[in-house]
Amino acid sequence: MIRVNSTEVASKNQVPGSLTQVGVTMKYTFLDYLRSRRFFILLVIVLLISAILTIVVGYYRPASFLTSGLSFYSSWWGTSAVFLVALFGIFFGGDAISGEFQNRTGYFSLPHPIRRSSVYAGKWLAALLASSMILVVFTAITLGNGAYYFGMSVPYQFGESVLLAWFYLVAVLGFTFFFSSLFKSTSYSILVTAVLFLFAFNLIETLVANLVQIEPWFILTYGAQIIGSVLSTEYPAHTTTVRGFGPNGPTLTLYNATIPEGLAIIAAYFIVTAALGLILFERKEFT
Amino acid sequence: MNEPSIQAVGLTKRYGSFTALDSLNLNIERSKCVGFLGPNGAGKTTTLKLFTDLIRASSGEALVNGVNVHTRKKKALESVGTLIETPEIYPSLTPREALSMVAETRGVPAAERKKRIEDVVTEVRMDEWVDKRVGKFSKGMKQRINIAAALLSDPRIFLLDEPSTGLDPRGMSEVRDIVKSLKGKQRLIFMSSHLLSEVTDICDEVAMIDHGKLLVYDTLSNVTSRFSGGENIVEVGFLRPLDGGVNGRIASGVPGVTSAERVDDRTLRIRFNGGASTQERLLSNLVGMNLGVISYKPASSALEDVYLSLIKDTK
Repeated sequence: MIRVNSTEVASKNQVPGSLTQVGVTMKYTFLDYLRSRRFFILLVIVLLISAILTIVVGYYRPASFLTSGLSFYSSWWGTSAVFLVALFGIFFGGDAISGEFQNRTGYFSLPHPIRRSSVYAGKWLAALLASSMILVVFTAITLGNGAYYFGMSVPYQFGESVLLAWFYLVAVLGFTFFFSSLFKSTSYSILVTAVLFLFAFNLIETLVANLVQIEPWFILTYGAQIIGSVLSTEYPAHTTTVRGFGPNGPTLTLYNATIPEGLAIIAAYFIVTAALGLILFERKEFT
Repeated sequence: MNEPSIQAVGLTKRYGSFTALDSLNLNIERSKCVGFLGPNGAGKTTTLKLFTDLIRASSGEALVNGVNVHTRKKKALESVGTLIETPEIYPSLTPREALSMVAETRGVPAAERKKRIEDVVTEVRMDEWVDKRVGKFSKGMKQRINIAAALLSDPRIFLLDEPSTGLDPRGMSEVRDIVKSLKGKQRLIFMSSHLLSEVTDICDEVAMIDHGKLLVYDTLSNVTSRFSGGENIVEVGFLRPLDGGVNGRIASGVPGVTSAERVDDRTLRIRFNGGASTQERLLSNLVGMNLGVISYKPASSALEDVYLSLIKDTK
């Protein structure tokens, strides 16, 4: 007969506090992310986008990029960062919670003396850490190219934009984790978050602003405009009136989120979706 | 230290109009192994999930050492090792990392973690694989790691849901040995299984459930004797092939024996009335007959008879 070697335990186990358990979950989920195919794919996407931009700017020397340092960072970072952050959210948040159900990893991580909220928070922090790492890679490549064309003097607005992009990442992950908690199927949760961030939000924002003529303050991607706006030579006006198509075309009002407004939208999205996601995960059953 | 206990008090789980578990009242105390039997969909896994807070009760309570699992999960599960529904492990982690995660979550002291992980990995015979990523493991290998995870913090209570699922015959035998050794360490083991022979082999008590209702909970011998008209059944193995008249000699010559039927040329199934003392006398008589007795154990068929009879009655 086999003997259980751990027969006598020298000292008694002391279940750690919830914060420590958040750290434990974060550590091992991050390790899992770091070795995962999705991390590698995201890194390749970031490197690919960076390579294309490097070649295009180097070969064609577009004026929009090379007029000034600020215009360089605006064209390079302002157009890519929002898209990339959404991609990070989809990759790391889309199935983070639904995967615990569908892939059955929840049966390994949850039947222990640990609160579900600790698992949720730990996984969220791991996703934030993994996404931030890739964001840092993109930031470094942007800075490298900027330094090549404009030297080491980096406009302070770029620092602001990076910080805002990181705030946006926080909100995006809050949102994708919430959607991930809604579903038990990983493909549904990934699909829904991808459709929302890559199409639906932009579509709703355009329709609401142009057709209904109200400010789309309730759309997260509208708040994310501030990431690109801070890189403008002059911060865009909150509202701009333009004339529509044709000689008698209607007058349209274009909206631009102010920085406080954008930050408020980002913060509200994070707080509300994080709370809702947590509640959903706490209540969801492993049936 | 108090004796370990698990207790279901009016534990009910409904999914819409379907009742998966119907007012389960069960009180299991002290160190022992309890087999939890029932057909598919009877409510076995539902019960175990309620005891690990993977699902919420519609009404009633699941208590571990007197602590409500749902309202005070951290306290209730601190001394419980679990294996529910063949869990999957994060595929990029190695068994060492996955087990470290469990050890850190459960507060296994840092100084002991490495040794304990190595001990349990040896226990489930996965030493060679401890630093390979789990993603490529077979179902049986993952199940061994899951068993290791349940053993890791050396808990006093084990909740095991068909622990030998996915294992090859050797693995199943090893799991049985592990559970037997846990019994020797004064642990309470509550284990669902479809394998009646496994339950007969390692469990002291048995609980049977069907359609969400508990049908019986008692010691193995009481259950088999109660539902077989007071009869007990043992299977006796012999070294040599038996001659044709030996069944009759045993049936007529040994007090208490009601019948002796041949299972094969080296095995007899003997039915007898009486308790432990009759069993002792029966074994002594068999040895005295110089037939070459090499094994003597309660027949799994006795439990099977009870199982089939009870489950049929609830249809």
